[in-house]
Amino acid sequence: MPELTYREAVRDALRKALREDERVFLMGEDIAEMGGSMAVTQGLLEEFGPQRVRNTPISEMAIVGSGIGAAIQGMRPVVEIMYEDFLTLSMEQLVNQAAKHRTMSGGQVRVPLTVRTQGGAGWSPGAQHAQQLEAWFVHVPGLKVVFASTPEDVRGLLWSSIYDDNPVLFFEHRTLYPIKGEVPEELEPIPLGKARVHREGEDVTVVATGRLVHEALRAAEEAERDGVSVEVVDPRTLLPLDEETIIASVRKTTRCVTAHEAVTRGGFGAELAAVIQHGAFDWLDAPIERVGAKFAPLPFAPVMEQYVVPHAEDVYEAIRRTVARG
Amino acid sequence: MSTEATAKATTLDRDHGLRLLREMLRIRRFEERAAEQYSLAKIRGFLHLYIGEEAVAVGVMQALTPNDAVVATYREHGHALARGLPASSLMAEMFGKASGCSRGRGGSMHFFDVSRRFYGGYAIVGGGLPIAVGLALADAMQGRRRVSACFFGEGAVAEGEFHESLNLAALWKLPVLFLCENNLYAMGTPIVQELAVTDIAARARSYGIPAHAVDGMDVLEVEAAARRAADEVRETGEPRFLELRTYRFRAHSMADPDLYRTKEEIERWKRRDPIVLFEERLRAAELISDGDLEELEAAVAAELDEAIAFADAAPIEPVEDLLKDVTTPRSP
Repeated sequence: MPELTYREAVRDALRKALREDERVFLMGEDIAEMGGSMAVTQGLLEEFGPQRVRNTPISEMAIVGSGIGAAIQGMRPVVEIMYEDFLTLSMEQLVNQAAKHRTMSGGQVRVPLTVRTQGGAGWSPGAQHAQQLEAWFVHVPGLKVVFASTPEDVRGLLWSSIYDDNPVLFFEHRTLYPIKGEVPEELEPIPLGKARVHREGEDVTVVATGRLVHEALRAAEEAERDGVSVEVVDPRTLLPLDEETIIASVRKTTRCVTAHEAVTRGGFGAELAAVIQHGAFDWLDAPIERVGAKFAPLPFAPVMEQYVVPHAEDVYEAIRRTVARG
Repeated sequence: MSTEATAKATTLDRDHGLRLLREMLRIRRFEERAAEQYSLAKIRGFLHLYIGEEAVAVGVMQALTPNDAVVATYREHGHALARGLPASSLMAEMFGKASGCSRGRGGSMHFFDVSRRFYGGYAIVGGGLPIAVGLALADAMQGRRRVSACFFGEGAVAEGEFHESLNLAALWKLPVLFLCENNLYAMGTPIVQELAVTDIAARARSYGIPAHAVDGMDVLEVEAAARRAADEVRETGEPRFLELRTYRFRAHSMADPDLYRTKEEIERWKRRDPIVLFEERLRAAELISDGDLEELEAAVAAELDEAIAFADAAPIEPVEDLLKDVTTPRSP
């Protein structure tokens, strides 16, 4: 199997869709000549030209809104919002328009729009360039929300997002772009709404997203040395959520930790905990532990930033707490 | 009245005159009946009446073909009727019935009819503008020569979406016809308390978009300006902008006590009632008679009686269907 970085895997899905389908086009800030602030779209302008790889003004509402209009009209636009933080500037179009069109038109309109964005701490970008805001969108009926953690997943899920007939918020993590992973020779679409069990275990389930999937896998190895067998599940799609896989895992292990980089309070872990306690209440042997960032805007100071966001040790400690309940 | 419009009025033929009058009258009477149905609690939620502004929607629609797209506001009953959506499907929509144009899921502010390329009433001020730009973008990319007509109020001019949309449409040369209905009040706030520059066409020109201000109470002037602008959009593939100066005779919504304007101001504007003005002009040109008017009124009343009867009798979607169409099932 060939190996791609997470960044190359995103680009690979975009390139294949652009090659095969005239309806697909990209737009976003600095995605053309510059190749995107994260270099994801490098080389695509050269291959597909400025009509299909469109640099936009710094106008997040117009980027998303014109994407909605083009999608309604039969295109499959993939728009890039450079940083998740900038999604705040397009919230009107995402929440009031993209999410509502299907319902308020009585099912006449479809909005096959993909909104790619990225965020994540670990490189001291400060308070306005690294937030993890995915949970906000899980609260909005009419949207789909994807957060991929590996090269294989990001490629297969992006493909499915482009070909989903609904608006999809597609989250990538800044620090995952350079990681390498094996991918199938040919792109294999990964259906939205299907979780991935990264590692099977018997004692504790860690449900993790984004960067924390990798932290959870490290924590699981550490716990293994203590004789604690950890299962790591990545929902991959937060909306719709593969509740079945997650609940089945917790019923087996009887303990659960949720883990994401976003702040814990009101985070996706809260939704997971609610789903799990309802679906596996009689199986649980310990309260569900939540791992996430401390409740503070991201500070710039590197030491402080590292203190705020969760790491493998935090997941490990949470695992220890659940098994300590006996 | 401009000399140009006068000239056009003198050459106006009876059929077209009757057609414009009928369309404006349909809107006026539809809105009056809607207000009645609201007071009977058959219509709930919001109701924003278009009374006073009829010449804008009717004049503009003359310039559009069935292939063009329309994006409207939350005060869009007039646009929808003038676009050809059946009064019955609109009334049923406002009654929350499954036979409504948006299957009862949209309501007064969200009329949709994709078969007539009517892409919505939008209840967020300015929210439709970027979407109209996107419709036009798809047309430009797919090589179709057609117009995306986008209505919005002058209140939207203060929104960021207005500026982002005009800039993008001008920058990318997209076939959008921007139609600003300037009725002088953003809900209850007069334009002078809202816009630092009240010459709205000038703001559009600042983005490099050719723009004109038009007397929105004169249906012929609106039609003439809209035809010129729409033709230019079609020929050049580039945006055009019209500021249509109008006035709403009724309050912003059914819940608005209308405390922010004087009775004298409203009466002054009512002397420029677009329907009365046009009717007088047709009479002066001896194109219509009293009998024509009676016939028109009777036909409109019959249509609206039928629309209300249809809406009354229309089925309600079962609540079990709620999750249908929250998302779109994947296409095969």
